[in-house]
This record gives sequence, structure tokens and C-alpha cells, in this order.
Amino acid sequence: MFMWIIKRDLLLAMRRQSDVLTTLFFFIIVVSLFPLSVGPEMNMLRTMAPGVVWVAALLASMLSLGRMFSNDYVDGTLEQMLLSPQSLSLLVLGKAFAHWLVTGVPLVLMAPVLGIQYDLPTDALLVLTAALLLGTPVLSLIGAIGAALTLGLRGGGVLVSLLVLPLYIPVLIFGAGAVEANMAGVAFDAHLSLIGAFLLVSIVFAPWAAASSLRVSLE
Amino acid sequence: MAINWFKYSSPASFYLLAGKMVPVFVFISVILLVVGLYVGFFVAPTDFQQGEAYRIIFIHVPAAWMSMFLYVVMAFWAGIGLAFNTRLSSMFATAIAPTGAMFTFIALWTGAVWGKPMWGTWWVWDARLTSELILFFLYIGFMSLQAAIDDPRRADKAGAIIALVGVINIPIIYFSVQWWNTLHQGASVSLNQAPAMATTMLTGMLIMVLASWMYSIAVILKRTRVIILERESHTAWVAELHKKGAI
Repeated sequence: MFMWIIKRDLLLAMRRQSDVLTTLFFFIIVVSLFPLSVGPEMNMLRTMAPGVVWVAALLASMLSLGRMFSNDYVDGTLEQMLLSPQSLSLLVLGKAFAHWLVTGVPLVLMAPVLGIQYDLPTDALLVLTAALLLGTPVLSLIGAIGAALTLGLRGGGVLVSLLVLPLYIPVLIFGAGAVEANMAGVAFDAHLSLIGAFLLVSIVFAPWAAASSLRVSLE
Repeated sequence: MAINWFKYSSPASFYLLAGKMVPVFVFISVILLVVGLYVGFFVAPTDFQQGEAYRIIFIHVPAAWMSMFLYVVMAFWAGIGLAFNTRLSSMFATAIAPTGAMFTFIALWTGAVWGKPMWGTWWVWDARLTSELILFFLYIGFMSLQAAIDDPRRADKAGAIIALVGVINIPIIYFSVQWWNTLHQGASVSLNQAPAMATTMLTGMLIMVLASWMYSIAVILKRTRVIILERESHTAWVAELHKKGAI
């Protein structure tokens, strides 16, 4: 069931590649806008880089949340999935994982390139990538709750940002903090451990909360 | 004599009970407010470090406490409503949200007004300020989610889920912000080593806390009554009350 839903969602995403690319290019554009707005001074850009990349990743991941359930909701697939005897939480976990593969992984792969634009040193690039790799799945998992709650509502896109962005804050703090700590020459593994802890907690609780949200939304 | 507590979980009987309770709590809160403000502004001595400006704590501290407390109460009632499908609990949670958001706003506002003469700045990215701001966002999220859903039952349940997710996240957010703050060594102001307060100051503050508490109860009960009427407007008992001219 878990593998099946991932395969299915990936196949659907591959049939509509433009959606995937839009999210990625959104991420790239947002990150590229900052030097244009604050000036090309390298020292400042270097200190800003982790925060900018993380905020852009948050926004990109949030913008694509609408697609997680809405297409299945519109064509009635979601209702059938709810009726199936399989565990709904597992299904949501699969959908969140597929969402991460489609939106999170491209961001993680792109981040080092954007980091070079900001003149980050090599080991900081590695830490940034590692932090994003651990942190972006958390964004997809928490986002699944918001996406499930706002399913089929008018103005759902703006609403989901209000619901989800405050909950993203801890990931943002430690994700950007890890890179900053590395650049300041301090140990950064505590930050990564905390993001890992957030990931484990959200793997356990978020699919369950999102599954009950789906039941509420489709009642 | 066994009291049937569940009698008042029916909106119809709670409506009448709340109607009797509201004036009582309004009365208590007005008395406490007058006494508290009098103690705060006329009896309590001037602080030797902060001068007169410290007196804003008589509003600021109760507002900050109520803002956090009300979120937990709201999540509790929303959770009860979700678990046991009791309509009244969910209405109660919906009624709490605006009052909680108002107290959060007052806490932020008075904090800024106090910060200007004390720290020389309206805003610092202190852990407490930041988490209070995030709490405000959580309230706004809860209210806008409920406002966006037309079906009241779905609004209740969706709101309950987001309130419960929020309540689990509040400690995580609070500690994240605190560690982030120490990490940055940003604000040099520490709220932790507050000098011991004079007894009258403490008394004034506690009276004000009680006053805000009573005020919250009165307003929340009143708002619950309105929500009950709105949702039950099709029922016979509302029509009955209307005929009697009680509404």
C-alpha cells in the first residue's frame, strides 16, 4: 500500500512535470531575488545565505501543498481511498513521502548550487544540504495536516500558509542554525540531531493527524 | 442528591444557565478591575529602577498569562468536542479564540510600549516576545480556518485538530525560540533577573489577573450564548424563547 501510493503519485507527477519544475524554479527565483534587493556585498550575503535558502524552501514546499490531496479530491479518488480497508495514516505517510520526493528532493539537490551563488564555503554547503535533507520531509509531513484541513475550501492556498508556517518555525530555526553554527566554527551536530528528532516525531504524529483531518474534510 | 452535570452540556439548558452567570462574572470582574487598577496606579510604590513606566505590568502580565492559558483551555474544549462529539464544547472553543487573540495582542502591544522607555526599542527578538507573536499567529490560524468553513460541524472538528496540533507544538516552538535566542546572543536584555517585587505590586498584579480571568469567563459565556442562538436558530426552544420575548 505504502509503496503503491508512492509509485502512483510519482507517476502522476512525472506525467505533469511542469508542476515539479514550477516549484523548483520558484525556489530558485526567491533565493536569487535577495541579492538583488539587499545588494551584492559578499560578506552580508554569506551570513544571510542559510536563512534565505531555508525561507525559500519553506515557501516552495508550502506552495506545492495544495496539490497533495486536491487532485485526488476533485476526481473522487480520495473518497475511494478513505473507504479502502487499508490504514489511512499509512496512505497519508505515502502521499507525504511522494510529495517530498517530488518537491523536497529537487530543492535539496539545488541548494548547493544556490549556496555557491552566496559564496558559502564547501563544508557549509554540505551542512546546508544535510540540514535540508533532514528538514524538508518534516515540512511535507506537517504540511499534509494543513493540506488535509483546507481541502476544498475557498481561499485554501492562503489559509494553508497561515496554518502551516507557524508550525514550520522550529525546523527553520535549527535548519538555518546548523549552517550558521558551522560557519561560526561551532559544533552543528546538535542542530541536525534536533531536526532528526522533529522528523521522527512528525513521522509518528503527522500522518495520524492528517488522516483524521481528511476524515473531517470529507465527512 | 446526584447532580446531573450533563444536563448543562445541552445547548438549550446551558443557554439559560450562561444567561444567569454572565451578569455575576461581569459584576465580579468590574469590581476586581477597579480595585486592581486602583492598587496598581495609586497604592503600589514607584519602582526605583523603572520609575512609573513599570505600572504597565498590571495590564501586561495578566494579558500575557491569559493569552497562554486561554489557548490551552481552547485546545482542551476543542479536543473534548472532537473526542465526544459534544456540540457545546466546540462552541465554547470557538468562543474562546477571539478573547485569547485579544489578550495576545494586548500583551504584545503593552510589551512594546513598555520596551520603548526601558530598553530603548519597541521590539527585541527576545524568546518570550517571539513566542508570544507565534502564539498570536496560531490564534489567527485557528480563527481563519473556522471562518473559512461554512459547515459548522466541519469547522468545529477542523479547528479542534489545528488547536491540538498547535498545543503540542507550543512547547517545541517555545524551546526552539529560546535556544535560537541564546545562540544568537542577540538581545542583551534579560527578563529573568527581575528584582523582587514589593508586596503591593504583587497584590495589584494578582488582582488584575483575577479580573482578566473573570472578564474572560463573562465574555466567553456571552459569546457562547450568541453562537448557540446562531446555530440553534431553527430549533423549537429558540422559537419558544423568541415568542416569550426573551431574546
